[in-house]
Amino acid sequence: MIEALRTAWLVARKDLVVEARSRELVYTTLFFSLAAILIFAFGFVREGRPNEDMAAGILWVSLAFSGTLALGRAFEREREGETLRALLLAPVERGAIYLGKVVALVSLMTCVEAVIVPVVVLLFNAPIGRAPGLVAALIVAGTIGFAAVGTLFAAMLIRAHSRDVLLPVLLYPITVPVVIAGVRGTAAILAVEPNLALARMWLTMLIFFDVVFVTLALWTFGAVMSE
Amino acid sequence: MAFALVMLVGAPFVVAQAPAEASMGLVSKIFYFHVPAAMLTLSSSFVCGLASLAYLARRRPGADHVALAAAELVVVFGLVVLVTGPLWARKAWGVWWVWEARLVMTLVMWMIFVAYLMLRRFGGPGAEVLAAAVGLFGMAVSPFVYWSVNLWRTMHPTTSVLPSLPSSMALPLWYCVAAFVCLYVGLLLTRVRVARGQAALERAYLALED
Amino acid sequence: MIAAPFDFDRVEVRDVSRHFGRRRALAHVTMDLHAGELTGLFGPNGAGKSTLLSVLSTLMHPSGGSVTYGGRRGRDLGDSLRARIGMLGHDLFLYADLTARENLEFFGRLYGLDDVPTRARAALVAARLDDRADDRVSSFSRGMRQRLALERAILHHPRLVLLDEPFTGLDDASSVALAARLTAVRDAGAIVVMATHDFDSADRVISQAWYLRDGRAGSLPGAGGTLRERYRAAIRRAAE
Repeated sequence: MIEALRTAWLVARKDLVVEARSRELVYTTLFFSLAAILIFAFGFVREGRPNEDMAAGILWVSLAFSGTLALGRAFEREREGETLRALLLAPVERGAIYLGKVVALVSLMTCVEAVIVPVVVLLFNAPIGRAPGLVAALIVAGTIGFAAVGTLFAAMLIRAHSRDVLLPVLLYPITVPVVIAGVRGTAAILAVEPNLALARMWLTMLIFFDVVFVTLALWTFGAVMSE
Repeated sequence: MAFALVMLVGAPFVVAQAPAEASMGLVSKIFYFHVPAAMLTLSSSFVCGLASLAYLARRRPGADHVALAAAELVVVFGLVVLVTGPLWARKAWGVWWVWEARLVMTLVMWMIFVAYLMLRRFGGPGAEVLAAAVGLFGMAVSPFVYWSVNLWRTMHPTTSVLPSLPSSMALPLWYCVAAFVCLYVGLLLTRVRVARGQAALERAYLALED
Repeated sequence: MIAAPFDFDRVEVRDVSRHFGRRRALAHVTMDLHAGELTGLFGPNGAGKSTLLSVLSTLMHPSGGSVTYGGRRGRDLGDSLRARIGMLGHDLFLYADLTARENLEFFGRLYGLDDVPTRARAALVAARLDDRADDRVSSFSRGMRQRLALERAILHHPRLVLLDEPFTGLDDASSVALAARLTAVRDAGAIVVMATHDFDSADRVISQAWYLRDGRAGSLPGAGGTLRERYRAAIRRAAE
C-alpha cells in the first residue's frame, strides 16, 4: 500500500515536472477554455450583456471540453517513446500508475481552473463571494470525477485506432452526472436566491461519484491495460 | 425465439382490447410498447455491465459475446423508447421532449452503448477488452444519471409519465412486458449464437493457415 | 516493488501463438533461452519479432502456448518477475522532456533500486553521456538516445534483457561499442534476446540465431557462411 502510494507519487511528480518544463498543456488548455467561454458568452448574450444564469453552465462546459483536450494530449505524450509500456513493465502496481496520472491531471486542471474561475466571475459578475469554499469544493470534486474516468479511457485508448475521436465519444456520456452536478451546484450558489443546502447535496453526489469511479478504475486499470 | 414471436404476434389483439384513453385514441397504445422497452433497455445495460465485468475478470469469450449482444439490444430497445416517448409526449402534452429523469437517463445510456459499439467497430484489434470497461462503467453510471437528472428536475416539476393504472390497462401492459422479455431473451440468445459462430469462423480461418 | 526476490536461468517458449483478429502474428513458436546466451531474432518487417518480444516481456498474453521462466509461468509471478526483466523498446521508452539523468533516476526509483543517484551516474558513464547528463533527451541524436535507452533498460541488472532493434541508427563506432556492451551483459549471465536487421553487428555477439517469417520461427544453423548468407538461405527454403 505504501509502495503503491510511493509509485503513484513518483509518476505524478514525473508528469508534473514534464509539464512544468514545456508548459504546453497548461497554456493550450487555458486558452482553449477562455476561447470557449467567450464563444458561449457571445452565443448567449441578450441586450448586450451575457445572461448571469449562464455563468455556471458556461464554466463547466468549457472545462469539460478543455479537459478532454488536455487528456488526449497528455496521453499522446506517453505514446511518443511508448513510455506507458515502460511504466507497465516496471514491477509496480498498475493501480498506482493510474493514480499518479490522475493526480497529475487534476493538478494541471486545478491550475487552469484557478485562472478560469476568476475570469468567469469577472465576465458574468458572479457573486462567488457568498460561498467560495463550496464553489471550490464543487470544482475540485468535479475535476476528480472527470479525471478519474478520463484517465482510464485515455490510457486504454492509447493503442486503439480512431482514438482522437473515440475519447470524447466515450467520455462525455459517462461524465454527464458530473457536469449536471457541477453546473446545478454552482448555479445554486450563484443564483439570485442562493440555495447552499442544495449545492451541498450536489457536492455530496459528486463525492459519491468520485469514490465509486476511482475505485472502479483502480480495479479495472490492470485488466484493461494488459494486451 | 419462436415462443417470443408467437407472444408478440398475439400482442396487438390484446392491446386493442385495452380501453383507449379519452383524448389520445390510438396513440395511447404506444404506452404498451414504450414501458416494456424502457424496462428492457435498462435491464440490458445491466446485463452488458455484468457480462463485461465477467469478461474483464476471466477473459472468457462467452462473456464477451453476451456483453456485445446486450449492448446492441440496449441500442435497439433504447431507440424504441426514444422514438415512442416523443410520439406519446407530443400527443399527450404537446411537447416533443420532456426533461425528466427516466427519458434523459435512457438517452444517456443509449449514447453510452452506441459509443460502446463504435469502440468495438472502430477501435481496431483488442477493442473487446476496452469496450468491456465501457460497458462496466456504463452500468455503474446509470444510477448516477438517474439521481442527477431527478434532483435537477424536481426543482421544475413536470407531469408524471406513469399515471396510475386501471386494471383493464394493467393486464395488457403486463402481457406486453412478458412478450418483450421473451423477445429480448430470444434476440439475445440468437445474437450470442451469431457471435459464437463468428468466433468459430475466425478460429477455423486461423487453423487453416497452420 | 520489494517483492520476494526471484531469479531464473532459462526461459522456455512452448508453442506460443498470438493472433489479432484474423491476423496471425506468431504461430507455434518454440524455443529455449539460457543464461549467458544472446539469441538473435531475424526476419522481415511484420514477421512477429516485436510481438515475440512483447510476449516474453509479459506485456502481451499469448493466444496459445506458454512461456515459463525457470519453469514458472509469468501469470503466477507478477511483480517479482517484472523486476528481473529489462526491455529496450522500438521507441526507446525515454521521456523526451526530461534530462538523461532524470530519466535514469525516475526509472531507478520506480524499480526500487538502492542509491539511485550513484547508479544513474554509473549508467551515464557507461553510455558515454556523463557530459550531457543534464540535457534534455529531446536534444540528443538518435545514437545518444539509443545508448541511454539501453542503460535505462539494464539499470536494474535484469536477468532477461529484451532488445528491439538496438543497432538502428548507430554509426559504426557506436555499433562496435554497443556490441561490446552487449557481450559484457551476456557474459555476466543475462538471458539476452535481440531483434535486429544488422547482421554484421549481430554476428559478433550472438550465441544462437532464429528467424521469424509470418509468425513462424526456425533456427539458423551455426555454420555455413556468414550470418546473412545463412539467413537468406533459410528464408528461401521457408518460402518453398
